Amino acid sequence: MAGLVTAFLAVVALAAVAALGAGAGMANVFGIAVPYVAVAIFVAGFVKKVIGWASTPQPFSIATTGGQQQSLPWVKQAKFDNPSTPFQTVVRMALEVLCFRSLFRNTKLDNRPEEGRVAYGSDKSLWLFSLMFHYSFLIVLFRHMRFFLEPVPMLVTGVEFVDSILQIAAPTLYLTDVFFVVGVTFLLARRIWDPKVSYISLVSDYFPLFLILAIALSGIYMRYFAKVDVIAIKQLAIGLVSFKPVIPPNIDWSFYMHFFLVCVLWAYFPFSKLMHLGGVFLSPTRNLPNNTRMVRYINPWNDPSIKPHSYADYEDDFREKMIEAGLPVDKEA
Amino acid sequence: MSKMAPPEEVMKVDYSTPAEPWMDVKPEFKLGNYSYPGKPDVLKYLGLPNPREWDPTQEDWKLPPDWREIVTDGFRELLKKYRSLKVFMDVCVRCGACADKCHFYIGSGDPKNMPVLRAELLRSIYRGEFSVAAKILGKLSGSRKLEEDVIKEWFMYFYQCTQCRRCSLYCPYGIDTAEITFLARDLMNRIGVNINWILEPVANCNRTGNHLGIQPHAFKDMMDFLVDDIETITGRRVEPSFHRKGAEILFITPSGDIFAEPGIYTFMGYLLLFDYLDLDVTWSTYASEGGNFGSFTNDKWMKKLNAKMYHEAKRLGVKYIIGGECGHMWRVLNQFMDTMNGPADFLEVPKSPITGTVFNNAKSTKMIHLVEFTADLIKNGKLKLDKSRNAGITATWHDSCNTSRGMGFFDEPRYVLENVVEKFVDMPAQTIREQTFCCGGGAGLNNGEFTEMRLRGGLPRGNALRYVQEKFGVNTMSCICAIDRATLPGLADYWAPGVQVTGLHELVGNALVFEGEEERTMNLRQEDLPGVEGSEEDE
Repeated sequence: MAGLVTAFLAVVALAAVAALGAGAGMANVFGIAVPYVAVAIFVAGFVKKVIGWASTPQPFSIATTGGQQQSLPWVKQAKFDNPSTPFQTVVRMALEVLCFRSLFRNTKLDNRPEEGRVAYGSDKSLWLFSLMFHYSFLIVLFRHMRFFLEPVPMLVTGVEFVDSILQIAAPTLYLTDVFFVVGVTFLLARRIWDPKVSYISLVSDYFPLFLILAIALSGIYMRYFAKVDVIAIKQLAIGLVSFKPVIPPNIDWSFYMHFFLVCVLWAYFPFSKLMHLGGVFLSPTRNLPNNTRMVRYINPWNDPSIKPHSYADYEDDFREKMIEAGLPVDKEA
Repeated sequence: MSKMAPPEEVMKVDYSTPAEPWMDVKPEFKLGNYSYPGKPDVLKYLGLPNPREWDPTQEDWKLPPDWREIVTDGFRELLKKYRSLKVFMDVCVRCGACADKCHFYIGSGDPKNMPVLRAELLRSIYRGEFSVAAKILGKLSGSRKLEEDVIKEWFMYFYQCTQCRRCSLYCPYGIDTAEITFLARDLMNRIGVNINWILEPVANCNRTGNHLGIQPHAFKDMMDFLVDDIETITGRRVEPSFHRKGAEILFITPSGDIFAEPGIYTFMGYLLLFDYLDLDVTWSTYASEGGNFGSFTNDKWMKKLNAKMYHEAKRLGVKYIIGGECGHMWRVLNQFMDTMNGPADFLEVPKSPITGTVFNNAKSTKMIHLVEFTADLIKNGKLKLDKSRNAGITATWHDSCNTSRGMGFFDEPRYVLENVVEKFVDMPAQTIREQTFCCGGGAGLNNGEFTEMRLRGGLPRGNALRYVQEKFGVNTMSCICAIDRATLPGLADYWAPGVQVTGLHELVGNALVFEGEEERTMNLRQEDLPGVEGSEEDE
């Protein structure tokens, strides 16, 4: 509970800082200085973390197998849950990263002592809403390219067109905006209401959810309610990416709030669990093939000086008893 | 063990979470929920630090004065050696997908048995000791200082994990609690916090070649005893050999198979099969333990014990190795052996002398599982099998965790089983194959003092078993793991009374029809075969 409240208040405070600060003539700070610093922290932090993982040896090949191994020719292998070749492993990783394969498998414990039964029902809610959240986030992010690029590429306008296909309201409603908010709200609600999950939740679990929700809501406010000056914002964005930053007049405070929260997310990212974005590719239970009997896997720190208690020493210890029992020995007594 | 409540009571697990945050809840050691500590002389023999008499229920655990430094330095060392640890410490999002997947959580309701929280026991120290940001934010970031209570909590929960890897299957990042438990145990070993039921077997395996400390002459005696039994049952005198140089195959199985029921029946099945095929196979008393208790301790002991297999194969000059029915043996063999103790360039790629099948899936380790070997024999029509000898049996199959999630054996054992019994049904889909539930005794937890917790952890497996018992009349659960054969009979007695536990090759041994054999009247357990007892009982 303390974690929930702290995270909520932290996000409210951050939003207030930006809203008040920008209003008080600090647009330069929130429009130019903060984004540069935040992106620098993100890039440096992300790279450092990934290099830290990648440069640490993976001593053993420890694939978790999710189906039949490669075996006799007539036994059908579960190629993508128990891969034995690099290609199959890449497919397994792709299914994991793109389709959240492991979460798809999720079950829910249903203990019914009065019936004397324990059941494990399929539970795809976490899979569904996580997928919804992540893909909406990706598309929303992609749509934002129109602010940074001139001319706007066809692909970006194409995605926008599909995303606003229902043409509800003016400006037209993006479907991903809705899915995004629904997804993140589900993840937050689940974290609060499922006692198991709330028991393990830390500030660092609630904070990114509140932060992302605040980013989404402030963005929606800007677009649909404040109806901010998009031309001016694009001018600012292009100024930033071309390293000729300008602060156009007439940008609503709500933009600075939205933008500042995004910057906080960038800067926070490398130090948080959000690094699962990078880590998922490095998980040795998923990114290694289960071919360890076919191909020797090398452990760089394998210590050749560790030897078994030798047979010779063993025989020295038990020779007489072995001879008496009629067991062959290498050296006679 | 304290008196265990009946299953219908134990099933009423309280899954509510405590009012206070988990960091404020201290572990409570009660008879039945922890294992006894390592004995001083065993630690001394193994060269492990801090040998002493101590009792987990007492306040003072007699840790070495610099224990804090040892643990943090050790943690730092492991983070440099294991990418798995580093990634698993960093990427968990606490989504909770793993939470209700652990058999110990399902059976106890203790939130610290949720895999995510089990890992947080370590992660909180990782953040508290190694992360600057978390240090500043303190408890709010889920970080904490290393205190004695933390070590006590580790001892409780990392010895309430059987490294079955079920949680890892469901984790979106593949976070593997077996890996976390393995490394946490390594850290605890550095300050003398360990359990005897792991360390004594390690010491025994090292010195005598098997986890029970059976000396070579006694090992041979036990084998002779089983050979006599086989003669009583089948009229055949099988003649297994030991340490025979130049044999084609070295056979290694867990020593549990020779020591106790029902493992011995599986052992007799092996002997019968080899005799039937006239296989050029030899046994070793030196390398007579397939199960690797070192893997419950640290990477050094895992490697050292495993190395005996190749050492002995080389000395005897065999062509390749066949391994028996064992769980952790196959986790170590499949995923670690070649890395630690290869290349096995003095051996040849296994080729069945009976069918000619080349086992390319073992072309580097040169070691195959008996179940692959037998499945290949059956497929090629090389075994005459009479299912009716197992006619009283309605069988189900227990996918042992390590041969399923650590390797991927599903269809081979089922194929063999379907060829030796008339009636076979699987347990419900979400309790078998890769989703299988642990017996509760893996990773060194099959000791007497831990029985109560183990039976609670056996709830999911036991309940699935009772389901097929009631619905389909299942009376036999077959498996390919020696720990299963040791643990499951007790689990079945408690959760599904009346179900017996067998190894796979016990049933193969029963069904094998030898050329010109005398008619069998008993199975390998020396019970009357179905139809045979009828003549007397009917009267």
